[in-house]
Amino acid sequence: MADLHFLANPARFRRFSQRVVPSLSVATALMLAVGLYLALLQSPPDYQQGDTVRIMFVHVPSAWLAMAGYALLAGLGASLLIWRHPLAALMARAAAPVGAGFCAVCLLTGSLWGRPMWGAYWVWDARLTSMLLLFFLYLGHIALSRAYDEPDRGDRAAAILALIGVINLPIIKFSVDWWNTLHQPASVARLGGPSIHPSILVPLLWMAATLFLLFVLLVLLRTDTEIDRRRLENAEQQA
Amino acid sequence: MSTHAVYVMSAYLVALVILGGLLISSLAARQRVRRELSARGLERKR
Repeated sequence: MADLHFLANPARFRRFSQRVVPSLSVATALMLAVGLYLALLQSPPDYQQGDTVRIMFVHVPSAWLAMAGYALLAGLGASLLIWRHPLAALMARAAAPVGAGFCAVCLLTGSLWGRPMWGAYWVWDARLTSMLLLFFLYLGHIALSRAYDEPDRGDRAAAILALIGVINLPIIKFSVDWWNTLHQPASVARLGGPSIHPSILVPLLWMAATLFLLFVLLVLLRTDTEIDRRRLENAEQQA
Repeated sequence: MSTHAVYVMSAYLVALVILGGLLISSLAARQRVRRELSARGLERKR
């Protein structure tokens, strides 16, 4: 924790970001090329779902990252409200649209997977509905952080929403256990280990790692921009 | 890729548009803000 703490300083974060972004971009591009090969060409069709199982390789990692992104917003919200870390508000502003993007990918690809498997693009199922609520929480965070003339007030209001909304994360995770749903139960993060065959599990984990790198890259780029934007706003106020 | 190809390819296209759009908009915003900083003589120190 002490090692990560030094990044709370915007100037140090910027130096770290400048060092990491170029190599992270190359790694993400290379991993994406391999991941798409594994997902679309190398992995076999599922014995029940056929080729539609390939949708899982973008759908499931996007769901994980949408949830992880919201947990990050909550952590940043706590950092802002409790310790007033100068970088927390800026990183939350940067991360919210990224998390919302991954949440949108999860919802839309899930809908495209649902049509051939369930016969419907959408059902008001507990998992789908709680995921849709997560998307609205992201939109609320983005709107609240930009709703005030004083950025600090918007950041604090958004931080409170992030902390309240975090209750939705266990609801999403356990919705398939608590209610009867069309959505399949957990098959990777479960007691007793994954129930997926390695020929499908490996591409899934590869794509998850790739999209995680993309998530980190986007958050670093956008945080860097938010730091510059805040400098610009401060300069305008002083002028 | 059988009869379900349209759903699979649409899903990947959706992901490409949204995530690619996020990346392009992030890079564009960074360039825009840097240009404004530069115009005000506030370039970042390297």
